[in-house]
Amino acid sequence: MSAAAEATVLITHEVGLHARPSVKFTKLAKTFAAEVEIALAANGPWFDAKSIVKVMATKAPKGTVLHIRASGDGADDAVDALVELVRRDFDEGADHVRTA
Amino acid sequence: MSEPLRLQGISASAGYAEGPLFDLDQIAIAYACKENAADEKAALETAIDVATGRLAALIKIADGDAADILEFQIAMLEDDALSGPAFAAIASGHPADAAWRQALDVEIAGYETSDQDYFRARAADIRDIRDQVLRALTEDGGVQAPSGAILYGEDIAPTRFLETDWSGGGGIALKAGSTASHVAMLARSRGVPMVVGLGVVGLGNAPANLAGIALLDAEHGGIVLSPSKAEIDAFRQSSSLFSARRDRAGIFLARPAVTRTGIAVRVQVNIADPSDVDGIDIATCDGVGLMRTEFLFGKTLPDEETQYRAYRKVLEWAGDKPVTIRTVDAGGDKPVPGFTVEEGNPFLGLRGIRLSLARPEVFRVQIRALLRAAVHGSLKVMFPMIAIVEEYRQAAAMFAEEQAALAARGIAQQMPPLGIMVEVPSVAIVPEAFAEAAFFSIGSNDLTQYVMAAARDNALVAHLNSVRHPAVLRLIAAVTAFGLREEIPVSLCGDAGGDPAAIPSLLEAGLRDLSVAPAQLAMAKAAIADVTIEAQPA
Repeated sequence: MSAAAEATVLITHEVGLHARPSVKFTKLAKTFAAEVEIALAANGPWFDAKSIVKVMATKAPKGTVLHIRASGDGADDAVDALVELVRRDFDEGADHVRTA
Repeated sequence: MSEPLRLQGISASAGYAEGPLFDLDQIAIAYACKENAADEKAALETAIDVATGRLAALIKIADGDAADILEFQIAMLEDDALSGPAFAAIASGHPADAAWRQALDVEIAGYETSDQDYFRARAADIRDIRDQVLRALTEDGGVQAPSGAILYGEDIAPTRFLETDWSGGGGIALKAGSTASHVAMLARSRGVPMVVGLGVVGLGNAPANLAGIALLDAEHGGIVLSPSKAEIDAFRQSSSLFSARRDRAGIFLARPAVTRTGIAVRVQVNIADPSDVDGIDIATCDGVGLMRTEFLFGKTLPDEETQYRAYRKVLEWAGDKPVTIRTVDAGGDKPVPGFTVEEGNPFLGLRGIRLSLARPEVFRVQIRALLRAAVHGSLKVMFPMIAIVEEYRQAAAMFAEEQAALAARGIAQQMPPLGIMVEVPSVAIVPEAFAEAAFFSIGSNDLTQYVMAAARDNALVAHLNSVRHPAVLRLIAAVTAFGLREEIPVSLCGDAGGDPAAIPSLLEAGLRDLSVAPAQLAMAKAAIADVTIEAQPA
């Protein structure tokens, strides 16, 4: 079974896709079997969304439109979940509680 | 064939060792290249694992931003995309250290060129990751000493001592070092021969002597390199005489310690690592007079569960007999990465209880582990480096708080008697200010160095660093007399307790409770049996 999905989302976090959000983003991406990639433009280049080295290397600042695409098992779910995470500002709002 | 070369130093742990020299200073300088690419790859994989493990242990005590950065660093280290270029370089024939450095430098450069402050700042994190792995590569990817070797160098790290397999013999010969260093204590407790203060002159001029067999006479404090046949024969004779003497002392091991005049003396043991008790028969001693906890804190800070298990193991081994655990005495000559601070004069700085009170988040973890372990035996807890009674009160209050918190969560715990180390002169001179402590344990090593103003780790002032100086003995006698009067138990847990030359003076000063390195137990009891003091102390 194979599927493909793609979406875009605006990064609203103050310093962009920085260290802590990148950790969360790649951790979430890794929970899906699908191949997941990100890009800063519709025509790429595309980077492995499960690699924090690659995700950080995009150095995407606030205001960037992030392109997310996935293919394979659960591609739709993967893209939806990652878009949601970015939209929620990586859960770093006031109601976010750190678990020590 | 080189001429024999004799060097004289000071014995730090008596015994004899014959074996090849292993140059500690050489391995510290550079990464040792492996034979082939597969081994280089394995070395880098191990180093990355080690670095990741250290970060993971650090995360447990970090909070907020520090924890976030550590989590980020771990995620980076675990990402194959980071190490991929390094492994590719190794496959094409590069050594692991150069391959890793080059790969990470490329990554670092990528961040340094960013036009945003935030991402430029991440270069420091990647540099940190790079250096942690390089450190793990040179430490742990380095050569291990062959079994039975004599480790020779400027000084030796406690971790190196603990990582070495001493079951096949071997010893330690240091150019600098000290008889009172932590490694010297470890060497005495494990029965590893060790000589310090050999100086640097001889060997520097005769590198040829570094090859071949060396004879380490740690009874008299000397070493012979490139020995002649006659020297080897004489050495082996001395060595077997020493073993015979030690065996004779062995008959005292199983007996309670009593002076010739019939006065009973309690003799407990000092241990550093929970595994130390594996080689000790509890019937041969009166308990643990000092369990150090610094080595739990080796390269990283241990979590509560690790500490709890270590304490519980020793308490269960001791059964009904008391186990006195000292809260972490880091600082001084015992730095702990991520815990102690760099200081110009660390022995007079933030060490012992001072550091624990300054880092309550670390201290409270240990307190909880101790309170929980207390239900498994006869635990006593003491605080190192107490100088004023407020420190004792503050630490005791933290114990009470943590006990209440554990009780509220329904976790089994018990409050142990809380005592203090008597090692800062302010306590030894005015013991009455500390009468609320449950017990006193005299730390003769530090007390001596602070009274005599002679560093424990400086061979040049070793002649001043004597527990038998009248000034030190008078303080010990005063503290012991005060304890007797106020019914506060007083013991001594410094190296002097196991030194046959010092034991008569200590008993004369009134002490009846000594704690010694396990390897010195028999010799100490034999020495006590020779003492002819008459009356009980006044």
